[in-house]
Amino acid sequence: MTAAADPVLVATSRVRRKLSWQTIADHAILIAGSLLMILPVFAAFMTIGASDVDISRHGMQFTDGSHLAENFSKALFIQGGFTGAITGSTMLLNSFILGIGFAIGKIVFGMMAAYAIVYFRLRFATFAFWVIFTTLLLPLEVRILPTYEVVHGMGLINTYTGLIVPLVASATATFFFRQFFLSIPEELVEAARIDGAGPVKFFIDILVPLSRTMIAAIFIIMFVYGWNQYLWPTLITTDEAMFTLVRGIKQIYQSIDGGSDIPEFGRALALAFIAILPPVLVVVIFQSWFVKGLVESDK
Amino acid sequence: MVHVALKSISKVYPNGVRAVHPTSFDIDEGEFIVLVGPSGCGKSTLLRMIAGLEEITEGELSIAGRVVNDIDPAQRDIAMVFQNYALYPHMTVYNNMAYGLRNRGMAKAAIDDAVTTAATMLNLTEFLSRRPSQLSGGQRQRVAMGRAIVRNPALFLFDEPLSNLDAKLRGQMRIEIKALQRRLGVTSVYVTHDQVEAMTMADRIIVLNGGRIEQIGTPAEVYHQPASTFVASFMGAPPMNLLPAHYNGNGRVHLSETVHIEAPVTADYSGQIKLGVRPENVGIVDPAHPDALRFDLEFVEELGAGRLLHGKLGDSGLIVHIPHTDPIPGGDVYVGLPKSALVMFNHETGMRL
Repeated sequence: MTAAADPVLVATSRVRRKLSWQTIADHAILIAGSLLMILPVFAAFMTIGASDVDISRHGMQFTDGSHLAENFSKALFIQGGFTGAITGSTMLLNSFILGIGFAIGKIVFGMMAAYAIVYFRLRFATFAFWVIFTTLLLPLEVRILPTYEVVHGMGLINTYTGLIVPLVASATATFFFRQFFLSIPEELVEAARIDGAGPVKFFIDILVPLSRTMIAAIFIIMFVYGWNQYLWPTLITTDEAMFTLVRGIKQIYQSIDGGSDIPEFGRALALAFIAILPPVLVVVIFQSWFVKGLVESDK
Repeated sequence: MVHVALKSISKVYPNGVRAVHPTSFDIDEGEFIVLVGPSGCGKSTLLRMIAGLEEITEGELSIAGRVVNDIDPAQRDIAMVFQNYALYPHMTVYNNMAYGLRNRGMAKAAIDDAVTTAATMLNLTEFLSRRPSQLSGGQRQRVAMGRAIVRNPALFLFDEPLSNLDAKLRGQMRIEIKALQRRLGVTSVYVTHDQVEAMTMADRIIVLNGGRIEQIGTPAEVYHQPASTFVASFMGAPPMNLLPAHYNGNGRVHLSETVHIEAPVTADYSGQIKLGVRPENVGIVDPAHPDALRFDLEFVEELGAGRLLHGKLGDSGLIVHIPHTDPIPGGDVYVGLPKSALVMFNHETGMRL
């Protein structure tokens, strides 16, 4: 009996040890990865607390926290830039308008285009879809000059419309929604038809609520993508009052009166730190919602 | 009184496939019609054409005296129960049932009344605020039924509604649906590939094969007097025995050179035939019986309520169903084929003679 029990015991303990080594390795890699991501942010945050003189003389600071509040309030509320027309909070607002407008625009247009392609018997629906799809090969960076020309021609330089609309026109959301709509059972559409739901009613009453999780997922992706836009806002906004945060940090940092002042490192770092927060919050808030939706497995 | 009339209805898909050949039949008010057939026989296409989900290529369909070929599904005064329930996953049971009524602009109080009545009838009252995902298969099926009932339609359509349920629940729901239909008296068309469902639920069965009607009749007619070898082998488990034989018009059926029995009918035909007999109609007889036929018993299948004897009659296979009270015969077994239970089919066309 003991002879039979022993190998089992050895086997289980070996399995347990092997498992724990693997767990340790997994955690080590995850921790190393997390540190790699967090440490620069941490270093930036600690440095915000130091004075500009110390930063320019000694580089990163980790101990001095005396200027933290001052630098944050400067970043948000003191006017800067060449014209002095912009504060951090205005840029924050501009960034939110861009991020949210971009994400909502993408979702609305993507859903409607996908709805037309999937549910209506259009003669060239497949062809239209592939045409839309090929625009993935033409991101804004590739078509930036003609797009600028068009936006300029329409007099939309330095407007939110000009900032958002050209970015909205792309295929990603349409593609995702098309795939999602194709996975909705045909029977549901037929049941709705018998229940007397016309095209608009079906879209609003059935399709939009069913797409909640998809909308949340695309909102996360698109908000972060829009928030982090740099090239297009740089090109289209010449008026400092229209600057977004990502584009404007550099401007704040460079605002040196007559070239003799020490660059405002603390203020720029504070602004960079603020710029990170909204995307992080959006991901955290929407992801829990999004995961909940997935777990409920509605379909 | 004719309630639903199909006149030469046919369906040709854009790719040229003819799913349903011109088909005509009438459905009386309050009748429960079951369309049955193997997959691809066109039964679902036919149902979907009645529902308006599929366009009718040719022919004329009228429901309650109104030609509805070009009328939207929502305006046809029908309700449909789908195979996968097709409940709206994001709506509560209550809203699932109420949605169609709201779209018709019904008053709130009337909707509430209809939904509550239907829920009581289907024992769903306690689940009204739940989502479909929180219900079991049988409950979801009931909600789907409820959604059909609240509309108080002129015609119920069922598209294989029980095929997603397990065997026990299927038997139970079968009875519930049938009882409900009796109670409400609504004309119904029910599609299934399950011959047991067809037999048990139908007032009349329509057997379809390859987009054509093989037979229309009451369950008993279809079972005992199948119009073709297809119906004979599709309906019943085990199916009807079909023995190759010869008929030369003189009133005798020759099972072999030497073995012949009296023919059940006199037909103006002579040549190869198939002789059909249901397993339970074959009797074990005394060897001395004048029409006794030698049966080579190969194995016995125990069913509990009875036994299936598998064996050979001459060169062709034969299944005999005997009650469990009868002993399993030993030694030389002789069977008798009672004349009244025999059916003859044309060997070539498969049609009954």
